[in-house]
Amino acid sequence: MEQPAVNDQPRVHQRTTRTIAKPHVMEEWVGKVFTTLCVTVLVVTIAAIVYFVASHGLATFITDGVSLSGLLSGLKWDPEGDIPLYGALPFIFGSFSTSLLAAIIAAPLGVCAAVFMTQIMPGLGKRVLQPVIELLAGIPSVVFGFVGLSIVVPFLRSVFPGQGIGIAAGAIVLSFMILPTITTIATDALSNLQRGLKEGSFALGATRWQTIYRIVIPTTLPSLLTGVVLGMSRAFGEALAVQMVIGNAPHIPHSLFESASTLTSVITLDMGNTITGSTHNNALWSLALILLAMTFIFVFIVRFLERRNNR
Amino acid sequence: MRKALFIVVALMLTIGLAACGSNKDNNGGNANSGTENTGNASTGGNANAGGNANAGGETVSGQVLAAGSTALQPLVEQVSKKFMEDAKYSGVTVQVQGGGSGTGLTQVQGGQVNIGNSDIFAEEKFVDADADKAKELVDHQVAVVAMAAVVNKSVTVDNLTKQQLVDIFTGKVKNWKEVGGQDEKITIINRPSSSGTRKTFEKYALGTKSEDVAGSIQEDASGTVKKYVTDTPGAIGYLALSYLDDTVKTVKYEGVEPKEENIVTGDYPIWAYEHMYTKGEPDAATKAFLDYMVSDEVQKSDVTELGYIPVGNMKVKRDAAGAIVK
Repeated sequence: MEQPAVNDQPRVHQRTTRTIAKPHVMEEWVGKVFTTLCVTVLVVTIAAIVYFVASHGLATFITDGVSLSGLLSGLKWDPEGDIPLYGALPFIFGSFSTSLLAAIIAAPLGVCAAVFMTQIMPGLGKRVLQPVIELLAGIPSVVFGFVGLSIVVPFLRSVFPGQGIGIAAGAIVLSFMILPTITTIATDALSNLQRGLKEGSFALGATRWQTIYRIVIPTTLPSLLTGVVLGMSRAFGEALAVQMVIGNAPHIPHSLFESASTLTSVITLDMGNTITGSTHNNALWSLALILLAMTFIFVFIVRFLERRNNR
Repeated sequence: MRKALFIVVALMLTIGLAACGSNKDNNGGNANSGTENTGNASTGGNANAGGNANAGGETVSGQVLAAGSTALQPLVEQVSKKFMEDAKYSGVTVQVQGGGSGTGLTQVQGGQVNIGNSDIFAEEKFVDADADKAKELVDHQVAVVAMAAVVNKSVTVDNLTKQQLVDIFTGKVKNWKEVGGQDEKITIINRPSSSGTRKTFEKYALGTKSEDVAGSIQEDASGTVKKYVTDTPGAIGYLALSYLDDTVKTVKYEGVEPKEENIVTGDYPIWAYEHMYTKGEPDAATKAFLDYMVSDEVQKSDVTELGYIPVGNMKVKRDAAGAIVK
């Protein structure tokens, strides 16, 4: 972007002598106004979304009289029952367990792919493996869900007891969705590693594997973890693909292969069917608020890791 | 190059903002359309638009926005296309959106849309403190949708009584052999508790609320429900008649087959109306569309084609409480 500007310099000079530097003033002005406008739109939008979610989500506690501790620790979710019950613990449990399990599956895959692409076979890795993994990021989540429904669920059903649905199926589908995030960040981190460190290690007589797991991985660990946390936060917010394979029974399951729910799956299932302003609808917004709070925490963790990385 | 990029982005923003602005205008227009018909009609922009507003329904113009039930959406979309192609209604634009029955009812009540599509009576959705809101809405029943209990092909049972269904969907019966089938665990494929399809099934097939049994599967989309019933051994679920085919096995209810001739007489009770609600009496354009919806031209072709039953065929009627009125 900078290169053409430098080349333009002589021409600009000629023009300025004729029109007394006016284009620069205009450029400055247009740039300033445009940037300010964009940033304003962005900030206003984000603030509006947070306000909207919060105002609906908090109404559950303020106007509808549902207790926060009841929502966070209640085990039974039955908003349409004769005595409505709003216990969201099964969803919170489901969200955490699926995204954690997805990260546990995807982290080794992603980091190993990154090691392969940067340390072992940079040529082939960068040319073939990286585009293939990045391709996964462009696949719509409904396709992941359908593949999960057609391949993962029947496979789990035939191998393990149960109906194949549940946290295991959700986590497997999610792990493939977050693989590009983890791999891309890990690849960047590994390729930005100072050459001197590796060369020093080799010079001391360390083998390639000793260098990788004694030097390369420990030095880049905060960046690798950043990738994993970002992947987890994506898994946490993913709705459709998980909803299709997890079963959606509002209970804490007894095994990985029993129907369970996540915060996002219950929101997508019920949001359109409920009346805006009803307690059931507000309770769904409260779940969205929990999701939002969790995302803030994930962002905070990423920031913390980045600061450690820079030190 | 940078300038070109600026211009492109700026243009996109302008168009985006303009679209937002005009949308708001539309909503404003729609909200008022109940009281001010001519305002809406004149948006057609024809030279003779002014004269049309009250001119005995020769030509109407205006905008109709319908939103709500995803079960009714395909029908309304198909009919709206035919409606707009009809030269008689060339001045009317109909837009159809999904969002779910709850969204449709909320938005028509709030005046954001002209028509709210719903699978169930507004009285069933607006309860307790909101009960008054249902009174402002005018019901237009456009079709009847019937549902049937379906099971995986591995299941040998082909008839279930009401009590057996209740026992299955509340988790009392867990194995097919307890209802006369083979020795296999029952897997329930239910709908989410807010779903209109589930409410219809509970009300007319079970007569009681079903439980979210541990281990049961809940899906909202009929296509996904069907896939689960097809693939899962020992599965039971329920689907609208238009979704039935060879991949799943349809079960008789109390010995009655879910067929149109049994439904229109009321012998087969698991059916519900598809509603299109308006707030107060509809304006000219909306009324023209609703009239078109229940005309023979639509009811005899599109409605039956998409697996619904024309309202006119029904020999029995139901009110919001579910009582049969002759």
